[in-house]
Amino acid sequence: MRARKIYLDNNATTPCDPRVVEAMVPYFFEHHGNAASRSHPFGWEAEEAVDYAREQVAKLIDADPKEIVFTSGATESDNLALKGVFEMYARKGNHIITTKTEHKAVLDTCHKLEKQGAEVTFLEVKNDGLVDLAELEAAIKPSTILVSIMWANNETGVIQPMKEIGEICAKHGVLFFSDATQAVGKIKTHPRELGIHLMAFSAHKMYGPKGVGALYVSRKNPRVKVTAQMDGGGHERGMRSGTLNVPGIVGLGKAAEIAMKEMDQDAVRLSRLRDKLENGFLQLEEIYVNGNRENRMPHVTNISFKHVEGEGLMMTFNQEIALSSGSACTSASLEPSYVLIALGLGDDLAHSSLRFSLGRFTTEEDVDYAVQAISKGVQHMRDLSPIWEMYKEGVDLTQVEWSEH
Amino acid sequence: MAYSNKVLEHFKNPRNVGTLDKSQKNVGTGLVGAPECGDVMRLQIEVDDATGVIKDAKFKTFGCGSAIASSSLATEWLKGKSVEDALKIDNMEIVEELALPPVKIHCSVLAEDAIKAAIADYKKKNGIEVEAEMATA
Repeated sequence: MRARKIYLDNNATTPCDPRVVEAMVPYFFEHHGNAASRSHPFGWEAEEAVDYAREQVAKLIDADPKEIVFTSGATESDNLALKGVFEMYARKGNHIITTKTEHKAVLDTCHKLEKQGAEVTFLEVKNDGLVDLAELEAAIKPSTILVSIMWANNETGVIQPMKEIGEICAKHGVLFFSDATQAVGKIKTHPRELGIHLMAFSAHKMYGPKGVGALYVSRKNPRVKVTAQMDGGGHERGMRSGTLNVPGIVGLGKAAEIAMKEMDQDAVRLSRLRDKLENGFLQLEEIYVNGNRENRMPHVTNISFKHVEGEGLMMTFNQEIALSSGSACTSASLEPSYVLIALGLGDDLAHSSLRFSLGRFTTEEDVDYAVQAISKGVQHMRDLSPIWEMYKEGVDLTQVEWSEH
Repeated sequence: MAYSNKVLEHFKNPRNVGTLDKSQKNVGTGLVGAPECGDVMRLQIEVDDATGVIKDAKFKTFGCGSAIASSSLATEWLKGKSVEDALKIDNMEIVEELALPPVKIHCSVLAEDAIKAAIADYKKKNGIEVEAEMATA
């Protein structure tokens, strides 16, 4: 077994960059103050650190520092944006448009809002994962208050046409919210430039700590308001009460600063490694890359290894290589990935998929080793697979009478 | 999810992987599950005509580690058993032996179904009366 385990699951979470950790450490003991303590230097130091982090984060997304609301992470930001807009703009309408491939933090929040009187349209996506712009525009009606579309998909890395969506929203005067968790800090994400009014993101997907994130809320043209979902001391200009997580926020700020400097070079390096990985697997038979290959994040690929079940395949290498599967068996629900199903994949291909997400600390050696080890695993599993044998014998698998259970 | 050592052991060293000649009269084949469900098991038995004892068993499985371990274990248990004794293998014995968690119990059910289907196929080929419930297994 290798001494160092290989981590190719950066869309689940990234390691916290040691430079980020270093920046955070003084805010646990030395400068432990509450940023809301106005009457003594401990509080002032903490507030200063938060203000500085707010500027670092604002710079990364080309926003005004006052447009940044710190939260506990992207799930909270998603909840605040959707529920906050639904409540605040209730008089204008109750219709929200989103897609079937959003993260659960958006989908489940929308389902809850439906119970509270919202009407939600869940748009289908095309086979490559992209939203159909004409369909989106056709779904907008007078009662529509919000369009919620993620910037980049967590499972496939597919990037939505944000500019075009922003234009459609502007044309019809509806607010545009984006869950940009997988995009911020990795590609350019400037909401104002693209007509995005609210944007959620998280520190731990961009080499910062877990438990901290932010919601961008546009302050001018238009000035957007959200109803607070957490009541208390009126922190974050009343939009999100709760003592600020000063070390976490300092970490998010530092992560944003590093991302701004390094994301371009990271993207070039990682897309080259990702392509190398993909091409390595494409040497095998019956390999399918899922989602649009032009418009996608530089560090992600989602691949189906046909006639092999994803979880079983992962067991051949998961002591050494960490990644995720779209197979049902990795979840308690036994349902395969709803994102891949929405792309029109059959359940069999969804069960056979693996998601590779590289990161700042992935090396070329990691990729070379992964290709070799996983290809070997695919061979092993295919040797064990009755449907691979049938496929090789030329049996038409769609004509077999399976006993579904 | 953490797998038990027994599942890992069967997964790493699966017993009796392979294919028997299904055109032989004394070979019974059971194919259960569906690719859409993420599990397909094919289990085969070769029966000694004179004694009615299963002298060989082979499997191939498309599925997770528990599915592979369940079918591997099933082939081990089948060898040397009479056909009638083989029918008595209960999925809960597999669950117990492999320490399968509740979410993986369906893997053991599938293995039991595969055993029953293989035996039903063998009986059908040999004109042995099959009980109604077996025929549909």
